[in-house]
Amino acid sequence: MHELSQLLLTLIVFLSLYLLGSSSLTGCVNILALQGMCLGILPLAIHERGFHSRTFVLAAGMFVLKGFVIPRVLLYAIREVKIRREINPLVGYTSSLLLGALLIGVSFIIAERLPVPAGLRTGLLIPVSLATMMMGMLMMISRIKALTQVIGYLVFENGIYLFGLSIAYEIPWLIELGVLLDVFVAVFVMGIVINHIARAFDSISTEKLTSLSD
Amino acid sequence: METLTSAVSFALLVLFAPHLMLGVIAKTKAAVAGRKGPPVLQTLYDVVKLLGKGAVYSTTTTWIFRLGPVVSLSAALAAAVLAPLGGPSLVAFEGDAVLFAYLFGLGRFVTVMAALDTGSSFEGMGASREVAFSSLAEPALILSFAGLAYRAGSLCLERMFSIHVGPSAVASTILALGSLFIVLLAENSRIPVDDPNTHLELTMIHEVMVLDHGGPDLAFILQGAGLKLVLMSSLLVRLVIGDLPFVGAAGAMALGLFLVAVAIGLVESSMARLRLVRVPQLLVAAICASAFGLILVLR
Repeated sequence: MHELSQLLLTLIVFLSLYLLGSSSLTGCVNILALQGMCLGILPLAIHERGFHSRTFVLAAGMFVLKGFVIPRVLLYAIREVKIRREINPLVGYTSSLLLGALLIGVSFIIAERLPVPAGLRTGLLIPVSLATMMMGMLMMISRIKALTQVIGYLVFENGIYLFGLSIAYEIPWLIELGVLLDVFVAVFVMGIVINHIARAFDSISTEKLTSLSD
Repeated sequence: METLTSAVSFALLVLFAPHLMLGVIAKTKAAVAGRKGPPVLQTLYDVVKLLGKGAVYSTTTTWIFRLGPVVSLSAALAAAVLAPLGGPSLVAFEGDAVLFAYLFGLGRFVTVMAALDTGSSFEGMGASREVAFSSLAEPALILSFAGLAYRAGSLCLERMFSIHVGPSAVASTILALGSLFIVLLAENSRIPVDDPNTHLELTMIHEVMVLDHGGPDLAFILQGAGLKLVLMSSLLVRLVIGDLPFVGAAGAMALGLFLVAVAIGLVESSMARLRLVRVPQLLVAAICASAFGLILVLR
């Protein structure tokens, strides 16, 4: 189990790095779904005390919501908006990858100074959560398209969830709060979808205008 | 007696393993595409055929051009002596990892020099690309070597590349594996970085540098390149598979090399070549992975 949790945490950081370096929106959403699934399995692997029934419910909820529901909504939004790529981010892909590596280093340094809560098998959790949060933040800051910003936000939220996981036994409701935040994100995403549909209607009207001018 | 056995097995390995591996890659690609594919030892037949031919040298070239293939093959052979190929390496000493990495550097340097020596702008372009990409592949290689060396507490290839237990062993192994696999693909001009089958000026990196070589020279280059592929793959295998029951270390290595060849074949069949501007990004990702691995073991 210890190996599994290490594997998952490494994978989560690697997927965040991939998100920083990828320009294809559909690819980003698929990677985000994979990260969500990793997060879903993680609670089962990480705690050495026996499984709580709550842990199972939480894992299943995370797995379905982050792995399937939210990506589905985002893919729907991409299909509606007809944008395939983030063309001109404020920070280039190669430099944001390098920044990401730097942030990983910084988060390990910060995590050294934080006390690791008892009941955890690996000291990797805190630095990984900090790194994920910072990379999500970087994505939110450095991208222009609303959709990639939402992806950045979701990565950031994944980091918060990871951090909450380390103290899940002490403060159980913090996790539920995280899931609630996810629901909020879904609403957020829907808002953007509606926003873009409105913009699409605009474009339809301009089409009409050009056809009139012919 | 033991020395004789190890010498003979080393010679057989150096002679046949590169061709077997390239053959398995070609067979995998053919199987995925629904073709029959060339015989497994086709590249060996090519090398034998090339060795029987004479060489033609352009009058603009100098001794550097003739030096290139010889030095690159001998660098690969020297690296093979250092590498732990199924069992202990023939020569092992503290710090051989650095020598191993820079023997490849030497091979690349002489190949680039030979390409520039022809005076063809076409080969100069290939040389420039090769150097640009390897300047990114080398940090990834050295960083992952550094992580593994720190983990093993030794700069000896034999101890660095072995099964390791301890905190964050799994995570650092995975990161080193991922990073080294990307470096392997880049250094051996396999598909996401370079296409070994094309001869179009826009797509080539490594192939373009050896266009002016023919006959025995080309045979040396092919053998050296294949050997490089085997050596880098053997390092990957050593990280994951140690000793298997029934077949022993040598059998485990053979099985591992076969699996790596199949993996490369599958990557090549399922992916297109990356655009040249995207290649540095892939290599930077490899650098990030190995840097992360290094941070993990440094804590």
